Amino acid sequence: MDCDRIDSILESYGYDHSAIISIMQDVQGIENYIPEEALRYISEKMELNLARIFDIATFYKAFSLEPRGRHTIKLCCGTACHLGGAAQNLDQLKRTLRIEEGGTTEDRLFSLETVNCLGTCALAPVVVVEEDYYDSVKPGSLGKILSTYSSDSED
Amino acid sequence: MERITSIADLEDLRNSIFAKRDPAMISIRLCNTGCRARKSVKVFESLEQEIREQGLERKVAVKRTGCQGFCEMGPVMVVEPENIFYCRVKPKDVAEIVAETVQAGNVVERLLWKDPDSGEPVVHERDIPYYKKQQKNISNSTGRIDPTEIEEYIAVGGYSALSKVLSTMQPAEVVDTVVASGLRGRGGGGFPTGLKWRLCAAAPGDVKYIIANGDEGDPGAFMDRSLMEGDPHSIIEGMIIGAYAIGAGQGFIYVREEYPIAIEHLSIAIRQAEECGLLGNNILGTGLNFSININKGAGAFVCGEETALMISIEGRSGTPRSRPPYPAIEGLFGKPSVLNNVESFGNITQILLNGADWYAGIGTVGSKGTKIFSLVGKVNNTGLVEVEMGTTLREIIFDIGGGIRNNRNFKAVQTGGPSGGCIPISKIDMPVDYDSLREAGAIMGSGGMIVMDETSCMVDVARYFLNFLLFESCGKCVPCREGMQQMHEILTNICEGRGEESDFDLLTELANFMTTSSLCGLGGTAGNPALSTIRYFRHEYEDHIHEKKCRAGVCKNLFTYAIDEELCNGCTLCAVKCPEEAVSGIKKEPHTIDTEKCIKCGICFSSCKQKAVVAV
Amino acid sequence: MSISRTRYDAVNRIFCDAIKDEAVKIPIIIDNRMVQIEQGTFIIEAAKKADIVIPTLCYHEAIKPYGACRLCMVEVVQNRQRRLVTSCNFPVEPGMEIFTDTPGVRKIRKTIVELLLARCPGVSLLQTMARQMGIDRPRLKKRNDKECILCGLCVRFCEESVGVGAIGLSNRGTDREVATPFKVASDVCIGCGSCTYICPTGCIEMLPDEKTPCLRSMKMEGHSCPSCSNNYQCDSCATDQEFLVEMRRVVSEFRNLAEKAPS
Repeated sequence: MDCDRIDSILESYGYDHSAIISIMQDVQGIENYIPEEALRYISEKMELNLARIFDIATFYKAFSLEPRGRHTIKLCCGTACHLGGAAQNLDQLKRTLRIEEGGTTEDRLFSLETVNCLGTCALAPVVVVEEDYYDSVKPGSLGKILSTYSSDSED
Repeated sequence: MERITSIADLEDLRNSIFAKRDPAMISIRLCNTGCRARKSVKVFESLEQEIREQGLERKVAVKRTGCQGFCEMGPVMVVEPENIFYCRVKPKDVAEIVAETVQAGNVVERLLWKDPDSGEPVVHERDIPYYKKQQKNISNSTGRIDPTEIEEYIAVGGYSALSKVLSTMQPAEVVDTVVASGLRGRGGGGFPTGLKWRLCAAAPGDVKYIIANGDEGDPGAFMDRSLMEGDPHSIIEGMIIGAYAIGAGQGFIYVREEYPIAIEHLSIAIRQAEECGLLGNNILGTGLNFSININKGAGAFVCGEETALMISIEGRSGTPRSRPPYPAIEGLFGKPSVLNNVESFGNITQILLNGADWYAGIGTVGSKGTKIFSLVGKVNNTGLVEVEMGTTLREIIFDIGGGIRNNRNFKAVQTGGPSGGCIPISKIDMPVDYDSLREAGAIMGSGGMIVMDETSCMVDVARYFLNFLLFESCGKCVPCREGMQQMHEILTNICEGRGEESDFDLLTELANFMTTSSLCGLGGTAGNPALSTIRYFRHEYEDHIHEKKCRAGVCKNLFTYAIDEELCNGCTLCAVKCPEEAVSGIKKEPHTIDTEKCIKCGICFSSCKQKAVVAV
Repeated sequence: MSISRTRYDAVNRIFCDAIKDEAVKIPIIIDNRMVQIEQGTFIIEAAKKADIVIPTLCYHEAIKPYGACRLCMVEVVQNRQRRLVTSCNFPVEPGMEIFTDTPGVRKIRKTIVELLLARCPGVSLLQTMARQMGIDRPRLKKRNDKECILCGLCVRFCEESVGVGAIGLSNRGTDREVATPFKVASDVCIGCGSCTYICPTGCIEMLPDEKTPCLRSMKMEGHSCPSCSNNYQCDSCATDQEFLVEMRRVVSEFRNLAEKAPS
């Protein structure tokens, strides 16, 4: 945990209690998840009830209290994507990666997340890996998409 | 940029921007927001490089715009002033566009949009039926200007509504104008915007807030995203006008974190407006003080609800609270607050610029103005569509949307997101406005329009939305948390072949119970998808319950895949791709599927080029 | 839903007359009886003044209303409009007529108890309520075997009245639960036991020799309180009074200790 960076984040928001969500978003930006000790540290520094922070951290799905994989796969489950077969894509990903939604593969290469709508409905069904969008994805094309990321695992 | 200190300065600036422009200049508009998902950035880079290499910098300007609406055809590009429309542009096409269109003045025919019926190419953007039949009032600048340049917005008349308001109108007059326009909230509820403003303006207190709701959560809706990304200043201008009208000194824009480009463009726009003196202290030298903060959502659909959104800005988990007290009296941080959807703010700018009468002249008796819809699903032309209120579903789906994909048949259109309903073919000539939609068992919602064909199972659609809401419910009140769980279980049972006749009554009773007793609108409308599908597609439920059949081939337990011997040409693709080795057959002979081994992953179905794999 | 003009006028006349008599308080009609009550009082409190008990599971007069259980819904007629509201957080206003026991209200309450019973089939308080409402056969599938109904009383009491905030809500939707941060013993719990007292289903137990409440399931019978369908809210309820006195004692002791402690 990088206390200095957390301190400077807290400083930039003036330790304002109402900014706690933004603060946690910024802290999550450091390691792509929020370790428990970071939340305890924030609670202490801001003099803000830990129960409230824990509520926020578990209520909002953007926050992760567990480390995530190197590549985050976001599978859009919006209505257009659902009609286009997102559920079959999800099944296929779960089978291939042997993880559930929200899970991370054992080698920490991939985390699998579902999102409710990315607003790219015209391209449905959509899968996003890191920042790369894949449109009109079919269960059969997922293997090829994953392999582009598996091969650069030793970078 | 220099600070603008008076209204006259703003007009001078506008004139100087025009004076600087070369009318002979060719301008190429390329979508840099929605089409980014289709690698428009690479097209842009190639284009810039090509122009540089050909030494055309003084002759051609490339404009990175927001969404141009026709997302289906992305990346889209328009060459002005000729208005030539190119679609599905790839980086390798750029050299030809520059050589042919820019330098020689010819049209590259293979990149033009072609009418699917006649196969005839259409050269000009304005002549394409998709655009021709729209009325773009609010989304007009999106797709025409570079949203990261405030000068671009000012050049198309931006901030002139604000200067008109600040120089000629009293706050009460602004409120009256919005009331008279008949504008209803674009976020879902359809509450008259002017009345909200009037209540808040009259509420006692020196500190007031104005909030723009950009937490567009409805799956299948992305018009707010396109406005925030493509025309952020129109939202900011609307908010400043609102702040003046109700007496607010501070504004907030709450944006979903799933929309990083929207957050980026809004931040740039706010910074530029501050630098120009259009935000901050003493705006345009009139003594008006107003600033705007951006709050990023953190992945909670329920925060689109008014009270939950305010609680989220206050730094808590976004669980809605009961009203009264109404936010107009006691809202954010306990102060009188107005919350409007970002599209509503886009309308405000137009209303103040053109007057309430102009606005009230558009639309139907109860629903004024135009509305942006996101037309998606099994329709040919997907994208954003702005039409006058009262336009029929048929005009939107068939005339603009170009009908159903792959020559299939229309089954239903779902409007209003998870709170909405499914409308069947019998109501296709219904005018689209707040009241007609409600009467049909759906709602306007934020404007998502999802078209379904015979491959969509309506029981599955109802379950999908309940599943969505179950995940998104805050879990505070009993009817929503427990009632939805029961409804979801009943629908799951039906989809998996365990449905019973008595399920109809129980589903209807629970849905109606949730409507009357839930704390907020999320639970209050959660029953709508189930109610509307039972109302119009009861036979599909009956097929699932009695025949144990899902004729759409969606509910896994209720259908099997088979190969049509007539259509199969024995290409072996399905057999090669099947992960369970359930497909067998000899090359160039019809194949068969072993239903025991088949896990219904759908790979064979989606990969068969002959459409020989069928769900039975 | 609108009501007849004559009835509206009659009611209005009664109000106008009554307002003349009483300057500070306003008259409202609850179940056809007039009550003089201060403006802004919540309906549930106004009803209590008229000796009308409205059932609730998430309301307690010592803390702010929450409006989550929806059991206290009543029908309100105002400006000729009839609507359903939660009585725990809806303030009375002049000209208001309230009905606490209509068929519509009873139906909602019944469904809520059915739903909660499907979540917590073993909670005796809910079983009693179900019996009183005439629910003999469960129509809904048992979904869970929990004992917490998520009324939030413990969390809110700990934060608002005790001023500690040792427990909170976490997760959302069907996963919503009461928990200490990270589900481990809280550092700030003072062991006052308020949460165990105020919990209507008795699912919080004080562990012996530990100052932290353990959020695990436990039967209400372990405590001295008998199940009460009104959540110990009647003025005459001995348990409630006893609890408040006890709680105040524990909290003041804690505060005294905290003040004396060298900082």
